[in-house]
Amino acid sequence: MRTLRDRVGAAAPVFGVLLLLLVAIAVVNPNFLEPASLLAYLKRAAPLAILAVGQYFVIVSGEFDLSVGSLVTVQVVVAARLIDGDESATVPVIVLLIGLGLLVGLVNGLITTRLHVPSFVTTLGMLLVLSGAVFLWTGGAPRGSLSESFREPGRQGIDIPGFGQVPWSALILIAVAAGAAVLMRSAWGHTLVATGDNDRAAALAGVPVERVRTTAFVLSALAATVAAILLGGFAGVSAQVGEGLEFSAITAVVLGGVVLGGGRGSVLAALAGALVLEALFTLLNLLGVSGALESTVQGVIIIAAVAYAARRAGRRRRPPAVPEPSPQPA
Amino acid sequence: MTLAMAGISKSFLGVGVLHDVDLDVRAGEVHALVGENGAGKSTLLKVLSGVHQPDAGTIAIDGEERTFANPRHAQDAGVAIIHQEFTLLPERTVAQNVFLGREPVRRGLVDTVAMEHATAALLAEIGETGFGPDAVVRRLSVAQQQVVEIVKALATDARIVAMDEPTAALAEHEVALLTDLVRRLTARGIAVLYVSHRMPEIFALADRITVLKDGARVTTLTAAELEPPTLVRLMVGRPLSAYYPPRATEFGDVRLEVRGGTAPAISGIDLTVRAGEVVGVAGLQGAGRTELLRAIFGADPFTAGDVLLDGRPVRLSSPRRAIAAGVAMVTEDRKAEGLALAQSVRENALLVLHAVFRRRARVGAARTRDLLATVGLRSAGEDQEVRFLSGGNQQKVVLAKWLAADPRVLLLDEPTRGIDVGAKAAVHELVREQAEAGMAVLMVCSELPELIGMSDRICVLHEGRLAGELPAGASEEDVMALATGHGVPHVEVPR
Amino acid sequence: MTALAERVRWAPRLATGPAAGTWIALGLVVLLAAAIVTARGGDYLTQANLLNMLSRTTALGIVAVGQTIAILAGSLDLSVAYLIGLTSLIAAEVMAGDPAMIVPGVLAVLAASALVGLVNGLVITKLQVNAFIATLGVGLVIKGILESRYEGPAGSVPVLFQRLGYDRIGPIPVAVLLMLAVAGAAALFLHRTRAGHHVYAVGGNVEVARLSGVPTTRTTVLAHVICSLCAGVAGLYLASRLGAGAPYVGTDGGYDLESIAAVVLGGTVLAGGRGGVSGTVAGVLLLAVLDNLFDQLVLDAFFKASCAAP
Ligand SMILES: Nc1ncnc2c1ncn2[C@@H]1O[C@H](COP(=O)(O)OP(=O)(O)OP(=O)(O)O)[C@@H](O)[C@H]1O
Ligand SMILES: [Mg+2]
Repeated sequence: MRTLRDRVGAAAPVFGVLLLLLVAIAVVNPNFLEPASLLAYLKRAAPLAILAVGQYFVIVSGEFDLSVGSLVTVQVVVAARLIDGDESATVPVIVLLIGLGLLVGLVNGLITTRLHVPSFVTTLGMLLVLSGAVFLWTGGAPRGSLSESFREPGRQGIDIPGFGQVPWSALILIAVAAGAAVLMRSAWGHTLVATGDNDRAAALAGVPVERVRTTAFVLSALAATVAAILLGGFAGVSAQVGEGLEFSAITAVVLGGVVLGGGRGSVLAALAGALVLEALFTLLNLLGVSGALESTVQGVIIIAAVAYAARRAGRRRRPPAVPEPSPQPA
Repeated sequence: MTLAMAGISKSFLGVGVLHDVDLDVRAGEVHALVGENGAGKSTLLKVLSGVHQPDAGTIAIDGEERTFANPRHAQDAGVAIIHQEFTLLPERTVAQNVFLGREPVRRGLVDTVAMEHATAALLAEIGETGFGPDAVVRRLSVAQQQVVEIVKALATDARIVAMDEPTAALAEHEVALLTDLVRRLTARGIAVLYVSHRMPEIFALADRITVLKDGARVTTLTAAELEPPTLVRLMVGRPLSAYYPPRATEFGDVRLEVRGGTAPAISGIDLTVRAGEVVGVAGLQGAGRTELLRAIFGADPFTAGDVLLDGRPVRLSSPRRAIAAGVAMVTEDRKAEGLALAQSVRENALLVLHAVFRRRARVGAARTRDLLATVGLRSAGEDQEVRFLSGGNQQKVVLAKWLAADPRVLLLDEPTRGIDVGAKAAVHELVREQAEAGMAVLMVCSELPELIGMSDRICVLHEGRLAGELPAGASEEDVMALATGHGVPHVEVPR
Repeated sequence: MTALAERVRWAPRLATGPAAGTWIALGLVVLLAAAIVTARGGDYLTQANLLNMLSRTTALGIVAVGQTIAILAGSLDLSVAYLIGLTSLIAAEVMAGDPAMIVPGVLAVLAASALVGLVNGLVITKLQVNAFIATLGVGLVIKGILESRYEGPAGSVPVLFQRLGYDRIGPIPVAVLLMLAVAGAAALFLHRTRAGHHVYAVGGNVEVARLSGVPTTRTTVLAHVICSLCAGVAGLYLASRLGAGAPYVGTDGGYDLESIAAVVLGGTVLAGGRGGVSGTVAGVLLLAVLDNLFDQLVLDAFFKASCAAP
């Protein structure tokens, strides 16, 4: 009885908040409920939502990934420079981006788990290295341009007769969500959460803790790669395209009721957290709060939403701000 | 000073845990509080110490009614609690822990000198402790940490001291030290409320005994009126056989063999366990018992020597490998090493299957349910988060988790620590059943009677080496002689 | 044990604590940097270069000392970068070039910082919002204020106040002394006051602290107030260096994440309860030396590369 309430309670607030925001948007702008604008909203939300899914894996395992924002920037800048408008380069470059994502995730994971550097520091270092590399390489102004087919997923969609156009990004988002949900129900998902809860106990129960955590970092970096491809198409090429996305992603995950420090929370709730953030931006735009005090309102609402979620989940214990460092070898 | 709690009721999220409990403790008396795991003993103590607020009922000290909105209030009223879980900061020194929240101040600054003086004086009062006020708690043994907990309680000048299973983590001779200390407290007129599952010390210490069952008080009697079997019946609700399950009469082939096992704290261990056999490992604190088990399990692998499973040499370099090879280990510290506390009972019970035997996870669910019933788990359901279970019930989840993996070799480090008498008997039967089904069991247990009662053979360690082997039914004196290094010569065990 | 013995015991504790590794690493890196630069024909240990490093260290050092206290309490503060920008503006606008307004300017900065710290602490303890999100949110709030009110540098500080940023006593800049004073005060607070002891307890284990009668809420709030005050002092220092307030002087300097990095490099555990100020100072110096070395090497390479390019 109580546990049922517990389980739903941890996730329910974010879905409640999301519903509330969507209703509020619909009140301000009744057109919002039309399929086309709902889909457009999903399209805008997709990059952040995918990043949130990736970040979820890392956070629920008890770590942090601060490098995703700068990774997105690197991917977009590298893609533009290498493709430089050449259609035939699209596929090889995408393969290269995926390889780069794998590499970054692997390095994050291995330094964190093998060298026992707190992931906050590892990924912060990665952030600095990646943004330094972009700066050195571009001198502040990225060169080159993306090809049409590279921009397709972020901008276009498929036409479904009688319904209209469904954006690729919405479809990709749904696929990512489904994949993540399945993954979290697999044996690997169970070991991931157990690792975040108590890595010593998990290691003694036979969980390959270091491998599980490294995989989480790799998934996060791959999510960043997908987000970069969508954002490159959607928002275009700039050296600021990924700025601050790591914080938005972490905020989204926490809004979803996932506990920093690991071991609690569901991936779909984390994704809903990202949808809440995007709905929030949409609403602020509609209300004309854009520009001047936008950040202030954002800050207040983020705090309010997390406080509301904390209250609803009835969690009396204050979790630590930051997870414990990775385990010493068992 | 006397304490009177009357009509205390407490529920968590609608589930009643304490129902109308009355309890009084007089100055200079030891009042033992006993009951099964989850009976509500710790909860009652937390109500007394201001951690929880009761839904109903009153607390009176010297006839004056008090309400404790937080632990500070209770402290100020002269109540000190030694909690079942450690309440020490591992990174801080003994003195800093002892005076936490009440640091002495002189001219605006913490008087560290006075703090250490006072701590040293309190330590001296306890006797030879082997550490000073400036030792960092992390470096102390469990028993020493327990001493710090006690000193911390004493430093508040408490007139009422409540102790929640203070001996659960202690070895036999350390228990003697503690009971001695409790007697000295009562001699000074301090009222002691004492929670324990260990019968001998309850009868050695208690003036009166209150039995709690399912959150309600069953009875309060003077210790003189009671015999252990009667008390057990009152706690469990049924009589319990005083005997351990019958030993095996025949064994299979050698399942586990260690040859010249050497690791930082142990050296040159030779050991065999046959299928169907329960081998006890005895020794004093620091003799290397836990280290031996952890080395076999691959948690801190052997640096030299061989391990053979069913006659075949294996390299168990990590717990994962050991588990895959059919070895399971119930660790000593269930909170730190045994459980993912925020996960459900089911998640914890299935963790080994999820981690190592993925294919069996689905079939395992039904079997896990049976196992949880077999170990006698009392929970609000399989979805309950483990951290809300009482200590004893948490231990049962750990046992179920390992049995679900159907191991060939079961390593048990203090498997009945903090478990009530009824559950203890259940665990004993379970271990015996598993052995009869062909499992090889290697068990460490600090309670000698239990170790002797359960073992088909006992290996005694002394300072990291095998001091000797004793056959079933050896006397406590034999074991202690070997364990303390006054070795009787190696006794050949008939094979 | 005598008071003397107590005092003597400090020395080995400093040398064996978690900070020791950072100090050793610092020594090694300085030697390495000196070797590299000398090998390339430069002179590393010139006074100019050392002073350059020291003054870069000052602002980060002051922020990181405050950050240490927040982190020790099991929290952390991501709002410091925006707060630094805000306080530099408050200082410059209140002073408005008038030496008589120095004191009111400083007081206004301290009041504003304390208020921000108070809000951080209360959001974390009373609203139960994770420190990461709480301080990120408060940072966004400040960012919005900065964006809506300022386009670029504003106000001006009197020349007298600029001396804080540029004067020296002998060879040592006043500001470095200021940083050391802040670090010393923080160390005294942590080791010799009850509240300081409670910071370690709350960071080590909130539940244990609560059971031991420690006022946990008050301790967390106080830690955040101190952390914000340090950011405010850094804002004052930067205003005196720049001669004016600048909204993005904090974010451009990356003081939020870099201060956390310095604290962690200094051996303080990110989860709280263990570490100290000494390590942080070493961590800040280590970052400064690395940064300096990197600049000397990369700028060189960069310069050559751009020359080579057509
Ligand atoms: N904070 C809590 N929230 C929900 N349930 C709780 C909480 N604390 C205790 N319980 C429940 O209250 C019951 C009594 O627990 P308590 O810890 O008092 O038992 P106990 O008698 O001390 O057992 P043990 O001998 O195992 O230590 C248990 O069923 C437990 O699950
Ligand atoms: Mg208990």
